Amino acid sequence: MQFPTTSSPFTPASNTVNRVMLQVLIALLPAIGIMFWLFGNTLLIQLLLSCSTALLAESCILWLRKKPIRMHLLDLSALVSAVLLALAIPTVAPWWISVSGTLFAIIIAKHLYGGLGYNPFNPAMAGYVFLLISFPQQMTAWQLPFDVISSATVLDHTKTQLGLDFSLDKIRTSPLFGYAAGKGWEYLSLAYLLGGLWLLQRKVISWHIPVAVLLGLTIPALTAYLIDSSRFTSPLFQLFSGATFCGAFFIATDPVTAATSNKGRLIFGALLGSLIYIIRTWGGYPDAIAFAVLLANLAAPSIDYYIRPKRT
Amino acid sequence: MYSDYSKILSNGLWHNNQALVALLGLCPLLAVSNTVINSLGLGLATTLTLILSNLLVSSLRQFILPEIRLPLFVLIIAGVVTIIELIMHAWFYELYKILGIFIPLIVTNCAIIGRAEVFASKNRIMPSILDGLAMGLGFSFALVVLGGFREVLGSGTLLAQADLLFGNTAKNWKINVFDDDSSILLAILPPGAFIGLGLLIALKNSLELRLQATKPVTPKVYE
Repeated sequence: MQFPTTSSPFTPASNTVNRVMLQVLIALLPAIGIMFWLFGNTLLIQLLLSCSTALLAESCILWLRKKPIRMHLLDLSALVSAVLLALAIPTVAPWWISVSGTLFAIIIAKHLYGGLGYNPFNPAMAGYVFLLISFPQQMTAWQLPFDVISSATVLDHTKTQLGLDFSLDKIRTSPLFGYAAGKGWEYLSLAYLLGGLWLLQRKVISWHIPVAVLLGLTIPALTAYLIDSSRFTSPLFQLFSGATFCGAFFIATDPVTAATSNKGRLIFGALLGSLIYIIRTWGGYPDAIAFAVLLANLAAPSIDYYIRPKRT
Repeated sequence: MYSDYSKILSNGLWHNNQALVALLGLCPLLAVSNTVINSLGLGLATTLTLILSNLLVSSLRQFILPEIRLPLFVLIIAGVVTIIELIMHAWFYELYKILGIFIPLIVTNCAIIGRAEVFASKNRIMPSILDGLAMGLGFSFALVVLGGFREVLGSGTLLAQADLLFGNTAKNWKINVFDDDSSILLAILPPGAFIGLGLLIALKNSLELRLQATKPVTPKVYE
């Protein structure tokens, strides 16, 4: 009896799109858990809405483009975009927010550019920016955990109060703050960090982009903090508020829209990180991840052009 | 003769639409198309410019030396635009204020110098006027459709401020499509113009493909 022989190495199947996306979804589970603990059922409704819209829109447009529907649905990329978008939307936002955001992400940001592998911008972030620009009121009304009235996030709060010439020591006494950043939000950041580290350990993502993003954010934050700690927030605050870890580990590492060489990835990440700091500190919107990601996406092709791996 | 004229018309309105096919004059097209009335105002001003500049270029075509034709075209167009700007200043002052710099900028609209170069400098006066009219109406059509799309999505209205163009009788023409609480702000911001124009061109191309697909069938029906 003959056995089919294959040559070494005998590792399991390589990282297909489907496997990568599945692992990303698994890595998002702790964050989803914390969000569920903070916000309750409203999060599940948002997730359900955006996921079903994404699958429906993806099937429709694949059918229009005469592409194999089953294969592309099973690569889970639409689902990852939908989950990332749903996690970024305030859980009390009306239903049409997540539906229209997901439609924009899947149809315009992904498929009109040619579908998975061709989109220059991260679909989830394009959808988020579409929503933030179009419906600023609904998109910034987070129903805060441990709090009955809806109010701004800490980043938003800090920015307005600094604008009113309050010093940081005073702002920090607000009940919105926890240990390092927003009360409750810091656990969420930890959950993203945990998921991200797991992705690193599984070698789904390489270390270059997350490390560069975090350094690109920390170095200017630390410099400004050392110069004037009453006006500039601490690096720890910057890292643990908003969606810093989510952006660094889950969004910036999207293989389609990031730079491709390792050196390019370092530049891409550093650019993204410093953009986050610049937009957060001097920009008009409270958080900056989405804008920074889109701008860095825009720069990725040029980075790839100038940083080409040397031929040997 | 008749087929010539109908060809000029169909080229201007559809097959060689300056905005959707030639992609000329995009700067005013994208910047001003945030409401139907703004679009219509600029579209009509551009149409008038096209007609007058085509008329002048065509009637002067024997005297224009080929070596210096471009500066002369620019001079003629700039003169025509100045006349139109003064007319709007006199009779449509509010609209003139809203459109602002985009009225003098009609001079730089490539569609106009394009028609002078390609058509008016080589054809007799009547066809040139018709070409100007057709090209202008085609451009206005694209502008108004884009303006309507952006106005409905972005502010939830249609034909707002129609009195700027049509006088006081038009004050109640405004249609509220839905309340402006849930309007998509992005549509009236610059990205909305780019996305809207892209969708419009895609729509035009798909209509074209559909027409072409049905064309070979039609003669057989009549046989």
